[in-house]
Amino acid sequence: MENTLKDPQTLPGWGIDANSENDPTYPMREPRLNVSQDPDNKHRPASLQPVDIEVLKTIERPNVSAVFGESSPPVGLSGMIRRFAFKYSESHYGHWLPLLLADRVNVVEGIVEDLAHGKVPNIFAEKGYAVEWKHNRSAFVTKMATIAVLTVGTVLLFTSGNKKSYKPKRRGYYR
Amino acid sequence: MLAMDYRGPKRVRATQKPMPEIKHPQDAIVRVTRSCICGSDLHLYNGNVPDTRVGMTFGHEFTGIVEEVGPDVTKIKVGDHVLVPFNVACGECHFCKQGMFGNCHESNTQASAVGGIFGYSHTAGGYNGGQAEYARVPYANVGPTVIPEGMDPDDAVLLTDVVPTGYQAAEMAGIQPGDTVVVFGAGPVGIMAARCCWLFGAGRVIIIDKEDYRLEFARNYANCEAYNFEKDMDDPVVFIKKATDFMGADCVIDAVGAEAAGNAMQTITGRKLLLQAGSTTALHWAINSVKKGGVVSIVGVYGPTDNLVPIGNVLNKGLTIRANQASVKRLLPRLIEHVQNGVINPKALITHRIPLEEVADGYRMFSAKLDSCIKPLIVFPSANI
Repeated sequence: MENTLKDPQTLPGWGIDANSENDPTYPMREPRLNVSQDPDNKHRPASLQPVDIEVLKTIERPNVSAVFGESSPPVGLSGMIRRFAFKYSESHYGHWLPLLLADRVNVVEGIVEDLAHGKVPNIFAEKGYAVEWKHNRSAFVTKMATIAVLTVGTVLLFTSGNKKSYKPKRRGYYR
Repeated sequence: MLAMDYRGPKRVRATQKPMPEIKHPQDAIVRVTRSCICGSDLHLYNGNVPDTRVGMTFGHEFTGIVEEVGPDVTKIKVGDHVLVPFNVACGECHFCKQGMFGNCHESNTQASAVGGIFGYSHTAGGYNGGQAEYARVPYANVGPTVIPEGMDPDDAVLLTDVVPTGYQAAEMAGIQPGDTVVVFGAGPVGIMAARCCWLFGAGRVIIIDKEDYRLEFARNYANCEAYNFEKDMDDPVVFIKKATDFMGADCVIDAVGAEAAGNAMQTITGRKLLLQAGSTTALHWAINSVKKGGVVSIVGVYGPTDNLVPIGNVLNKGLTIRANQASVKRLLPRLIEHVQNGVINPKALITHRIPLEEVADGYRMFSAKLDSCIKPLIVFPSANI
């Protein structure tokens, strides 16, 4: 069924309570324009940055913006996950959750990339632990001890096999 | 060139990267002279903003000397020392025409909710930022502003974000003469917001944080009451109600955003498990401590996609919520005037000067609030300014 609407300005009472001073966006938006008031709302800059790398585009806009950043084009497994995420709109979990996952995968890819280039990442320095050691020693030691305990505990949990033979409990009523 | 390089949550380093190039006729390349680490950068640093990719350079508060310009750049020239607003804005789109330079429609391909921001993840356009020796600045006819003769570069670099964001926080609060304003968060933006509340005629300004050194700084810098929510009160909402004849504050500013402490459930779900887009503790306190019919102004950054926000209280109390990234370009003329007239003294916020080579230590220091750090400035030995 088609929507056939009357011109709203012909409806009785259209605009009789309009109040141009009731603009809660002032002064952040001045002059305030709605889309139909702006004769030029489809205007685009005269030049567009050439799209010579892969740029992922939100499905909530029709085109690539006139300029864009080129920091880190999507690559590898994280890139595949990001491409999947951009099939969904920004209001969808299918967009943001895969992006967060891709970010974590990307961290591992970064370490692999470092190693592939013969560089062992200095995680201690990258995390700025030297400055924490200098200014917040007790908290730093506590943090490191906690990480060590959790790490050792996890390793023991997964590596220690149960040496006792397993005896199934008798099922049935308690006697 | 040397640049900050993001490697993953809480892991950054300074590394050699290729020089930026002109990609668009309105681009400029600047040799960075000053660059700050911003509280908003900590959301990226902690891995809380989706689509923050390994290899990115952060930094949206910087000044620099123009080294190269594209063929269509007419407003600045090689050799100019410019401050670069954090917004990437075309100046021509539907939103820029209305002064909403923080919401430009032609600078972010990857998300429609926010305009482009330098060095702020691919969710904000994927631009490398200014924590590097050189940076590409798109739309150089719009954003970059020549630093006025005689202005200290340390003041200028804070005009790229901290001062406009603090000022707009106060502006959006709709302060009427005599109003009581509460500011949550005594970081650089919160302190600046508290200072700017007086410019709009506030009658009383209260700032709340959990770090005594920040509160002491705020007391001295912004001439406001300052309270520690861990030591001076059991419940910030009740504390503010009692301090305002049980009416609530006229206006409340959230200058904290997604890293808020103060509520275990919010911290676990929002900051540790990322089940919501950051902790909304400060926003809860803001909504619940403002008076009925009052205004909540939000400049603290919250990531996508969802948060636990007491929207029922917003309805029942008849609140107005105003929020945005600051539109630096719109505010600059007025703020430059304020700095030149001595009304605002931005550079007093800078407490640490960190060489780019030690950027990892700078992030750790700011993030962990070590050594009474209020605002760290990255300095470039090559800048000679």
